Amino acid sequence: MSANPLLMGHPLASTENARHALLYMCRIRKFEEAVEDLFGRGMMHGTMHLSIGQEASPTGMCMALTIQDQITSTHRGHGHCIAKGADLTRMIAELLGKEIGYCGGRGGSMHIADVETGNLGANGVVGGGIPIAAGAALASKMMKKGTVAVSFFGDGAMNEGAFHEAANLAAIWKLPMILFCENNKYGMSSSTEKAFAIDNLADRGKGYGIPGVNVNGNDVVEVYEAAQIAVDRARKGEGPTLIVAETYRWKGHSRSDKNLYRTKEEIEEWRLLDPIPKFIARAIKQKKLTQEQCDGIQQEATDAIVAAVNEAVKAKAADPAGLLDAVFKKVSA
Amino acid sequence: MSDRMLTMAEAVREAMSIAFDERPEVFLLGEDVGIYGGAFGVSGDMYHRYGSERVLDTPIAELGIVGAAVGAALSGMRPIVEIQFSDFTAQAMDQIANQAAKIHFMLGGALHVPMVLRTPQGSGTGAAAQHSQNLEPWFASVPGLKVVVPSNPADAKGLLLASIDDPNPVIFLEHKLLYKIPGRDPVPEGAERIPLGVAKVVREGKDLTIVATGIMVNKSYEVCEKLAAEGISITLIDPRTISPLDMQPVYESVEKTGRLMVVQEGPAHAGFINEVIAQMAGSSSFGSLIAPIKRLAGMNIPIPYAPQLEKAAVPQIEDIEAAAREIVKNWR
Repeated sequence: MSANPLLMGHPLASTENARHALLYMCRIRKFEEAVEDLFGRGMMHGTMHLSIGQEASPTGMCMALTIQDQITSTHRGHGHCIAKGADLTRMIAELLGKEIGYCGGRGGSMHIADVETGNLGANGVVGGGIPIAAGAALASKMMKKGTVAVSFFGDGAMNEGAFHEAANLAAIWKLPMILFCENNKYGMSSSTEKAFAIDNLADRGKGYGIPGVNVNGNDVVEVYEAAQIAVDRARKGEGPTLIVAETYRWKGHSRSDKNLYRTKEEIEEWRLLDPIPKFIARAIKQKKLTQEQCDGIQQEATDAIVAAVNEAVKAKAADPAGLLDAVFKKVSA
Repeated sequence: MSDRMLTMAEAVREAMSIAFDERPEVFLLGEDVGIYGGAFGVSGDMYHRYGSERVLDTPIAELGIVGAAVGAALSGMRPIVEIQFSDFTAQAMDQIANQAAKIHFMLGGALHVPMVLRTPQGSGTGAAAQHSQNLEPWFASVPGLKVVVPSNPADAKGLLLASIDDPNPVIFLEHKLLYKIPGRDPVPEGAERIPLGVAKVVREGKDLTIVATGIMVNKSYEVCEKLAAEGISITLIDPRTISPLDMQPVYESVEKTGRLMVVQEGPAHAGFINEVIAQMAGSSSFGSLIAPIKRLAGMNIPIPYAPQLEKAAVPQIEDIEAAAREIVKNWR
């Protein structure tokens, strides 16, 4: 399945848009649940960083983008990939180390990129993708492509030098870039309270002379609306915007996480703020979707993930034979 | 046949200018590369000839600059990024070693990074330990980077043009003492490329093979000339690119001379030149050696400041001469 879903517009603009928003949030949720299951059954090795609870942020942001607009992503990147339209089978296949995986089994969960959907790649280094997105935006400006580059990163990345250097470059060169922080409150075990001396991370925008806006990252509509303003500003040549989406990861940082740094009560409070039922209620209230349609969309997402897993499991394992030839791109004669 | 004698700074600028004229997607970014003309004058007047949009002055932000070059390279441009001193690549190492070098492999070949990172390296300017290092092994030990170390203006021009053509990240290490002196050979007109991964046999002799990199090629050449007058004839090999490394001419030469000396500016411990020794030790040409392999390299210390201390820290012409004489005389 090759999805080309982008530049949908407002999640409540039409039934089609509402369907898209719900479908993609559900795809992300079901994908992450499948990853956890595959991991638990010993079918996937390495590690995993799940974004359950954060689905509204990438979905809302990417509904404001065209397929040509570019993104850079993070170690917790499955949601960004899916929201930008990546193929689910090739994603699962990558996690399972298969030849047909996005990276041919060479990258795994933290390195999925998809050129066709403008995804320049997830990144294993916190903040690693931010300067790269600035460079993509620089290329867009120099080549007059009219595209925007969005860098997704977490709250932890905002204390990396890479964030600072890239934000400043984007600001002084007025690059068509969006710095999209998913503030899920913890960089591994470090809470934002411990890691920042400011309460509102979006205040950092001022330091670079760019707008900094806060949104409810669990509300796909609110995320989309802020994203659209930032995209318009970027396309008009007015420069970057820092968006800070307040959200929460339900699961641990990675598989080794014992949740020693937060309470069960806190996790439960955020589970009540689940972005998916929140959007369903709103879409039904605004008569964009019926309950029946919503049930169908959720089932459709589950079916898509099950089909992707089944196909990926059957695929051929990656072969070490070609490894040495894969380091460099061949120089054309 | 051209008889133009250029300095390495002029040759590098000429190569960049040719690439700018050939391809609109080539641009230069770095600290003070614009109006200032580059800290070592390498970009010179390019800002005035090509404008501020293609010769891009940046803030002092090496990680951001290299990252922006990587992102631009992923998106259709061909950036040349200048880092003012190779020592400052430490600030940008995530983008060099974790991002640029790995993207093509790690992302399954979906993307590639046609970026050239040019940077001056080496000692001899009295700038002390944080502005004088030779960092060849840092880059040579990272799979996914090509590493070029030109020793003269003509090679610098052809190698830089090939580096800009290359679809992979290339680290181009220019020795700052070579910037202002003309080479031994004229620099050809035109846009001929010198392919990466092809060593150059600088001169041929029968008594000793010297493999040297960068400025050590020039120092070794002087020794070759001097000893030739005494009847000691030396083959001098300049790998030119240390990743990939072309060992074939080294094997062929050692089979004739039976003696091998390797010379590098950087510290001996875990230095690049040790790779030449290791590959020789594992090759069928090893049996041709009639003498132990001689290694001349920098001391295992940070580069010191005072002239006499700085000089003592890296091989000088007299050191190379003495070592060459000794290996030829002692092993017959």
